[in-house]
Amino acid sequence: MKKDVNPLSNNPLADSPLPPDNSLSASSAFSVDPWQQLKSFTRARIALGRVGSSLPTREILDFGMSHAMARDAVHLALDVDALCQGLENDGHETLQVHSRALDRASYLLRPDFGRKLDDAAISRLQAACPTKPIDFLLVVGDGLSSLAVERHVQLLVAEIKSAMPPEWQLGPIVVASQARVAIADEIGELMKAKMVAMLIGERPGLSSPDSLGIYLTYGPRAGMSDADRNCISNVRPEGLNYAPAAKKLLWLAREAMRLKVSGVALKDESDSTEVEVQPLNLLE
Amino acid sequence: MQYSHSVGANLYRFTDLKDLLAKATPARSGDYLAGVAAETYAERMAARMCLAAVPLRQFLQEVVVPYEEDEVTRLIIDSHDANAFAEISHLTVGDFRDWLLSDEADSAVLKRVSPGITPEMAAAVSKLMRNQDLILVAKKCHVTTAFRNTIGLPGHLSVRLQPNHPTDDARGIAASMLDGLLYGSGDAVIGINPATDSIPALMDLYYLVDEVINQYAIPTQSCVLTHVTNQIQVMERGAPVDLVFQSIAGTEKANQTFGINIGILQEAYEAALALKRGTIGNNVMYFETGQGSALSANANFGVDQQTIEARAYAVARKFSPLLSNTVVGFIGPEYLYDGKQIIRAGLEDHFCGKLLGLPLGCDVCYTNHAEADQDDMDTLMTLLATAGLTFIMGIPGADDIMLNYQTTSFHDALYLRKVLGLKPAPEFEQWLRKMNIMDDNGNVRPVTNSHHMLQNMPRNLLSAA
Repeated sequence: MKKDVNPLSNNPLADSPLPPDNSLSASSAFSVDPWQQLKSFTRARIALGRVGSSLPTREILDFGMSHAMARDAVHLALDVDALCQGLENDGHETLQVHSRALDRASYLLRPDFGRKLDDAAISRLQAACPTKPIDFLLVVGDGLSSLAVERHVQLLVAEIKSAMPPEWQLGPIVVASQARVAIADEIGELMKAKMVAMLIGERPGLSSPDSLGIYLTYGPRAGMSDADRNCISNVRPEGLNYAPAAKKLLWLAREAMRLKVSGVALKDESDSTEVEVQPLNLLE
Repeated sequence: MQYSHSVGANLYRFTDLKDLLAKATPARSGDYLAGVAAETYAERMAARMCLAAVPLRQFLQEVVVPYEEDEVTRLIIDSHDANAFAEISHLTVGDFRDWLLSDEADSAVLKRVSPGITPEMAAAVSKLMRNQDLILVAKKCHVTTAFRNTIGLPGHLSVRLQPNHPTDDARGIAASMLDGLLYGSGDAVIGINPATDSIPALMDLYYLVDEVINQYAIPTQSCVLTHVTNQIQVMERGAPVDLVFQSIAGTEKANQTFGINIGILQEAYEAALALKRGTIGNNVMYFETGQGSALSANANFGVDQQTIEARAYAVARKFSPLLSNTVVGFIGPEYLYDGKQIIRAGLEDHFCGKLLGLPLGCDVCYTNHAEADQDDMDTLMTLLATAGLTFIMGIPGADDIMLNYQTTSFHDALYLRKVLGLKPAPEFEQWLRKMNIMDDNGNVRPVTNSHHMLQNMPRNLLSAA
């Protein structure tokens, strides 16, 4: 009788990383580039070596895995219930809404659908609009990377909460599915919020499948443009980490509240040396 | 003119030439998004049948964007060469396709007729052509330009080395540059997309590339792809500017959203010419375009995205650029949904550009939310190189870590040169041989640590040596 085993468990390479350069360089077909040390200056895919003039197998697979992760970030649906559960465990109220984009395909083909709430969401938000005015409404959108939302939102929200002026009224956290940035303005308008911050999955890059973006609007209403919002990009531990991102957001939010404006009219002069994006980690 | 076509009992009507062109266009997401695409397969074919019967002369009578409102339309109409057009003025769009494919329309004839062809005529005929037609005719169109080397000779394929870095780190950029040069890339241009907008930081980038070009005496040119008004400023401050870059589109309104017009381009063009930095030629401009940009700027006037794209080539050809690049898959799936649409668009753009006399290259590329992958890029780059494409992008491992998209690599360029027997620009090829990067058969040579370029690193990289 055959033993019931995972066929991959017999493969010694199944769970180990791909072999390092020197093991492959033993192959006569593989030509190593002697400028490996330059890799410490950039995350660009330099000094890959070649077989003939083509990419070595290792690099084809490495690129393929990066692309696969970026594709999954776009196409795997955000687990909205799990996210809301996590936020509720942290003491936040949550509200789930959906855009007019029925599925990922229509989301990708019709950006305008992703910017508008569906009818059920409009009624839900109208019913939920609190009597006490909201100062700072947080909206979470899946955007183009559910991975970014799953990995970073709960931790980022905790940092925002602790950096926020205690007198500010936060309101429930609205989680929007198949959402584009502008949907937050419609949500903010319906909730009569003074400001809205949208935390949304950014278009994934090959080296950054889980990058989160933050968009701040003062006096949100449907139909506002990019020029009316301030953007903080590349929020993730390898980019702009949670605490500096929250600090930057709150700096902008306080200024927006004071000047009653956001977007191009609100220049970001938060301490740039402290919150500068860390471009690359040489130890990676 | 009335536009209609009957198929059996069905009569298909089209409002005007612009509507007819849109309905005749091969299906793509951007035209659906704009609400101008054919609603059925049969309507699309009826539109093509109707279009085939439209005389080319009609395109000089009926413009797709009003003459009074749009300087691109005025440029197209006012610069039209009636003498060059005379040879084809009796043709319909359908006849024009047949004529283009005929052996009578050879390279010399096509060059002669080119100034008589408007972008809309080129776009129209492309809608009746299959992919192989687009390849065959483009291959017959020879467009040669020069600055410090000669670009676009038949049998040659050049590469734009694109050493981008997310924070413009000088060492990171220099490292990617060295990587590309040692792989035989960089003859079209060494062109950086900067992260910064600051003039002093941009100046640093110009000096960085210029220093590398001088240090190794490379017969190529540099470019920093910042806004044209920034480039005018750095030229005033004495920066070593070889090529002036700008993204352009096919309507005045779309160009306005880019913060440019033909007058600003003219100013930059004259400033770059005055620097006289070209050694063997005076083509000083580098343009980028891409289907969908006018719609995304809400400036498409109900015209399909491919026709608008071809109109951008009228703006480009006014300035005799060294290079013109269609960035085909960068814009996203709402304009070009998948590999099939991206491939078709790339072939159309290359055909239209070459027919209109532009040195057309292609950023064969896609984003991670498009239904495409590197296999689609392999297909498109192979088809385009077969069609005589002027240049492709060369990015380390095809992964642009600054712009977050995937394009083509130094390895890809070597593949194309090997499979199709293509060569780099002749002056650059000579340099590659002299530097022991390429052998006499065009193969890359093994590079060891003792190689001249590794022993004498660019200044910024010395600390790593």
